[in-house]
Amino acid sequence: MQGAAETLFFLSAPLSFCSARPSGALTLPHIQLSPPMESYSWEDLQNIFLMQGFAGISLFSVLLLMGLGLAVIFGQMGVINMAHGEFMALGAYTVYLCSTLTAEYAPSFGPYYFVVAIFIAFIVCALVGAAVEWLMIRRLYHRPLDTLLATWGLSLIMQQTFRSTFGAREVTPTLPEWLMGSYSPKEGLDIPINGMFVLGLAIAVSFALLLFMYKSSFGLRLRATVQNRKMSGAVGINTNSVDRLAFALGCGIAGIAGAAFTTIGSTGPDSGSRYIVDAFLVVVFGGAASLMGSLASAFGIAQAQSILEFFLEGTKGKVATLLVIVVALMIRPQGLFPSKVRAH
Amino acid sequence: MFDVKNLQVAYGQSVVIPDLTFSAAEGEIVGIVGRNGMGKTTLFRSLIGMIPTVSGKVTVGTSEITHKPSYKRVAEGVAFVPQGRMIFPYLTVYENLISGVKGSVNEEDVNEIYALFPVLRDMKGRKGGNLSGGQQQQLAIGRALMTKPRVLLLDEPTEGIQPSIIKDISRSLREIRDLKKLTIIVSEQVLSFVLDTCDRIAVIDKGKLIREDKRESVDASKIKAMLSV
Repeated sequence: MQGAAETLFFLSAPLSFCSARPSGALTLPHIQLSPPMESYSWEDLQNIFLMQGFAGISLFSVLLLMGLGLAVIFGQMGVINMAHGEFMALGAYTVYLCSTLTAEYAPSFGPYYFVVAIFIAFIVCALVGAAVEWLMIRRLYHRPLDTLLATWGLSLIMQQTFRSTFGAREVTPTLPEWLMGSYSPKEGLDIPINGMFVLGLAIAVSFALLLFMYKSSFGLRLRATVQNRKMSGAVGINTNSVDRLAFALGCGIAGIAGAAFTTIGSTGPDSGSRYIVDAFLVVVFGGAASLMGSLASAFGIAQAQSILEFFLEGTKGKVATLLVIVVALMIRPQGLFPSKVRAH
Repeated sequence: MFDVKNLQVAYGQSVVIPDLTFSAAEGEIVGIVGRNGMGKTTLFRSLIGMIPTVSGKVTVGTSEITHKPSYKRVAEGVAFVPQGRMIFPYLTVYENLISGVKGSVNEEDVNEIYALFPVLRDMKGRKGGNLSGGQQQQLAIGRALMTKPRVLLLDEPTEGIQPSIIKDISRSLREIRDLKKLTIIVSEQVLSFVLDTCDRIAVIDKGKLIREDKRESVDASKIKAMLSV
């Protein structure tokens, strides 16, 4: 069994050098990560919590971005989009493609391509999302179970398309130098720069989405359509175009999640499907129609998974997190942040 | 101004309105009365496009709207205040008012609604679902007026409203008609409200118009007999 100090030595490597498991917890081969609690000193525990806290923040950022996209599609529109994870993978592959093209045709653009690639990932996923809505989803709005099946089928088609196009092996875009490495405020504690970047991105997208939903006329039309589709039409809202834009927006945000994901892990055809359950957990636990709820629940789930998985091992940590969520939803089935009004 | 000719509306195989023809002139308030289940709500929902029309013709001015989706009917100048108000419960009063406005909001229009219904100004930041029934009714009428309609359809506006406020709603509708030269078509079961508000009263039975009177010549007892079950 490895000692705590050795464990911390490995943990102090920046996140980008460790493979992120689907849950986002660190996996270090051949190393037992859960020695007895009494073997840790107080300082060890402090550092473990800080390191796992930062690992959790990277996971939180990806979950939040996934959750925000799903909060629009599932929380606001009520569409159970089982292909949401594949839109994340599409965003990640778009970044990989941008990286490859930049390296080949414009190497001098290398340090800057990533920021542009995030926008391209958003646009590509939003356009594909709009097409999917037009071709498939709009015919299924009143049939939620059929939507579930249809989007699951879509997820399989997308996975196979990724496999046929990019191969079965996982790919990683070349990240710019400024995203690599870590910041060390004190000995034994390294804060990965990529993690902080992803966190900043998630916060920026959250604010932008909140502003969009609560300060723009489109956001108002979307919220009205969600509350009463027929009445929205009767006050002059073109609900079909609202649906298409909302679905495209949700898919676009999933694309940004995919771009963020490339900074903490490699992308394979089924990378997105590994996150879909967690993304639904974020939205349901937070309260389906609440963006603030998604933020709070993404943070709680990511931190719980990250810290519990260190002490309890991967599966046990996940089970513990799920148990807490199950109990919380039994007590509060409407989620953390339900909306309250006097009458419907 | 607003013409309905040989309208037929059905839910699948079940024909609710077999053949209905009526019209309303500009600035006229027409009351449509009838017992429960006689097709009033179906008629109004089909006029705004919530239920598809089987056959017939509906025109506003010179524009035919028979098969247009709801939002295009609103653009043609038809506004709808449904039974049960159907305000958006999680939007604020202000957001409810501007929900159907295209492009930028003209605050003068909003202030005009506040002048008509001052309680809405006091509650502009409150969620629609937290208002009382009477306040919600005023909000629903205000929301409809914000789309600048030529024809206002109101389906049972007094349902669940206390008697003192029913008088206010009647007065407001006549004020709005005078101010904006609106055509108003209102369905009701409360005869006193219809007699106070409407210029012409039509009785509907099993989806057909069976009687039409001007307010001055209406025989209230006969209509009352038709409304009793």
